[in-house]
Amino acid sequence: MANPRGELPAWVDIAAIPLLNLTLALLIAGLVVLVIGENPFEALAILLNGALGSLKGWGYLLYYATNFTFTGLAVAIAFHAGLFNIGGEGQVYIAGLGAGVVGLGFSFLPWPIVLPLAILACIAFGAGWAFIPAYLQAKRGSHIVITTIMFNYIAASLMVYVIINVFRPVGRMAVESREITAAVMPSFRAIGLWVGVKLPNTPLNVTVFLAILTAWGLWFLLWRTRLGYEIRTVGANVDAAVYAGIRPSRIIIIAMLISGGLAGLMAVNEILGVQHRLVLEFAGGAGFVGIAVALMGRSHPVGVVLAALLFGLLYQGGTELSFVKPAITREMIVVIQGLVILFMGALEQAFRPWLMPFFVRQGV
Amino acid sequence: MTPAIELIGIDKRFGQVHANNNVSLSIGKGSIHGIVGENGAGKSTLMSILFGFYHADKGETRVGGRDVRIRSSADAIGHGIGMVHQHFMLIDPFTVLENVVLGAENGVLIGPALSKAREELERLARDYELEVDPNAVVGSLPVGLQQRVEILKALFRGAEVLILDEPTGVLTPNEADHLFRILGQLKDQGKTVILITHKLREIMAITDHVSVMRRGELVATKRTKDTTVEELAELMVGRRVLLRVKKGPANPGKVVLNVDNLTVSDGQGVARVKNVSFNVREGEIVGIAGVSGNGQSELLEAIAGIQKPASGRIMLDGYDLAASDPAEVRRLGVAHVPEDRQHRGLVTSFDASESAILGWHHDPELGQGFRLDRAPVIARCRQGMAEFDVRPADPVLLSAKFSGGNQQKIILAREIGRDPKLLVVGQPTRGVDIGAVEFIHRRLIELRDQGKAIILVSVELDEIRSLSDRILVMFDGAIMGERDVSTDENELGCLMAGVIREAA
Repeated sequence: MANPRGELPAWVDIAAIPLLNLTLALLIAGLVVLVIGENPFEALAILLNGALGSLKGWGYLLYYATNFTFTGLAVAIAFHAGLFNIGGEGQVYIAGLGAGVVGLGFSFLPWPIVLPLAILACIAFGAGWAFIPAYLQAKRGSHIVITTIMFNYIAASLMVYVIINVFRPVGRMAVESREITAAVMPSFRAIGLWVGVKLPNTPLNVTVFLAILTAWGLWFLLWRTRLGYEIRTVGANVDAAVYAGIRPSRIIIIAMLISGGLAGLMAVNEILGVQHRLVLEFAGGAGFVGIAVALMGRSHPVGVVLAALLFGLLYQGGTELSFVKPAITREMIVVIQGLVILFMGALEQAFRPWLMPFFVRQGV
Repeated sequence: MTPAIELIGIDKRFGQVHANNNVSLSIGKGSIHGIVGENGAGKSTLMSILFGFYHADKGETRVGGRDVRIRSSADAIGHGIGMVHQHFMLIDPFTVLENVVLGAENGVLIGPALSKAREELERLARDYELEVDPNAVVGSLPVGLQQRVEILKALFRGAEVLILDEPTGVLTPNEADHLFRILGQLKDQGKTVILITHKLREIMAITDHVSVMRRGELVATKRTKDTTVEELAELMVGRRVLLRVKKGPANPGKVVLNVDNLTVSDGQGVARVKNVSFNVREGEIVGIAGVSGNGQSELLEAIAGIQKPASGRIMLDGYDLAASDPAEVRRLGVAHVPEDRQHRGLVTSFDASESAILGWHHDPELGQGFRLDRAPVIARCRQGMAEFDVRPADPVLLSAKFSGGNQQKIILAREIGRDPKLLVVGQPTRGVDIGAVEFIHRRLIELRDQGKAIILVSVELDEIRSLSDRILVMFDGAIMGERDVSTDENELGCLMAGVIREAA
């Protein structure tokens, strides 16, 4: 019987189809740009140049990509366990609380101790926020999609309350905490100055290395450990998992804890690396972008990193584009990103049937 | 006379698989034509092409002498071709009548169609011995009747040619007999029947012609009268096969498993296994016969620790399996080849080496501590593949890409390879080709001769009879009786239908 995914050569699956999808997305985006009266080629050039044409552009691109890698990996591991974690946004947000609590509360400790503690707190708070929906799914059968969405709202309200009432210094208007000075991820610029190289001022900080390490770690977990095997088994076939003596409810909770923890790592980049204080809305939708990133990256850590880079490019290039061309607003950029998500995520398989006869006829 | 169906030079490839290679077949009107072949021989592909599910790369189809192009199942139905699938395409909560009109409602309001259908159903029931209560809810009907609904559906749509895909797999011998009578009636009324099956005895019993497929090619078409089971088997496999394994007498040792007053209930609290008690000793195969759905699956799963029994004990070496989970049961020395290979036995999206450690993935030799190393996993799979002659012997090939028989061998290699005390096997050869059946049967007998205890659940009476040393027959969750292997098929059939015949 024919496998619906078919028998295309591997390179078509891995490279040609994503490339085709990306081209189509850009083509349609170009038409949109044309309709509002701008030159799409010029717009593309500005976009690419904005992200890739300068060190500053690269700095921003990698900074965005770091965020998206964490949230993408978070969604990816949940996918592997057969779960759809839409709560990355809330988990990131709550993880910021961990950064704040440790970064401000333990500021009397030296940096080499506070920083790891603060990172662990981000993981723990993110995981903790994911635990409740996980528990409800595993033990009570509440659908995780619904509960994680709900928990995003709860997180948003909770954080507003906590930042205003607990973290905001007395007498200050701005809705943000004191500056976190004890646990800071060094920025590239700071490191550059230290070794005597002048780098542009960008939010890029060493968390980018943590992101790469984390991606490798997740790959190792999923494909080289017994736990990863169990997670993938539950995700692929619950009946087979039960047969194999794996308890799905246990795996659901573990996978969601890891997922929440991964999402929480984004707070390391954002709070400890960039903002240095707890601010409102710092997740900025990256939790949701993670879903697209995981879809596009086929839930494989390497794919996630690549997709995160692409989204980083679109974010940075798009921002630049909306600066240069006022007619192309911030919202237009969102439309373009939406098209990329549509073609590479949702319509990922749409062009396979057309490609199939071509390759089958070749007798490959 | 023009044939009902002519397929000329049908060719179909799926990637590298040549599923149908220049197949030409002519089926006479008003005849019953059998198509046999191993799994993957291309029977289902050929019928799917005829029914419009697939499109042939090359070749022509003629219905009643006219060239036709069948692009969808709707086209096929329009040309008077009906199909009864192996897995019924019925909606359980709907009534028989509603199922029959489904897709043929003719308009927005369903009322007129229903009343017309009711008359039509009555006529069909009279003509073909196809009595079913039109108001019965399909889900509540026994499988045999559900199958009749499928046949009615096809006839209601004006089918002149009826394709049946493995129709007897789910039936009791009595139900199968009734089905054959119905097919006989259909033939007498001038309908054409195409019967896909792997049971050669059925072919011999009711078909007029039989075509044999092997590796995508149609290797022979014979008049059934002029052939024999042995010849057909040889044509299917391409070499001589032993249809019945040779085995010596059993030498049963001490009791390994003692099932005592076991009751297993489903999610709704309905008892599926009712007060079942039996023993299994070393060095014997205990066969559990019965029509599918009479509690055998639940019994297997209770022994394997998957289902928690409502009451009773399952003692193995002094441990109560009823209180254990599947992982513990496995540690205690029970290996389990599940009935449903695709949904339990392996993970189709994993590569073979990963499916080959399912349930045993905590074995220390596969990696230190929490690690699961690639090399030992691959090595173990390679070894199992060599021992069980799995083809292709490629540990990194996706599990889904192996044929049914080879998937089963991967599972058997995994379960037997851990040297269990007790092997619990469900439907070991369901959907497995004849060549592999022979191999699997031989391995089970060897295992028995090494002194292992084996429980064999199968809906294939032939399989039970040829492998078992003792036969337990289950009906409606209870054990109807124990028989030895020499018991005639009729008596076993009666027990399977819940009728205990008094010893004459």
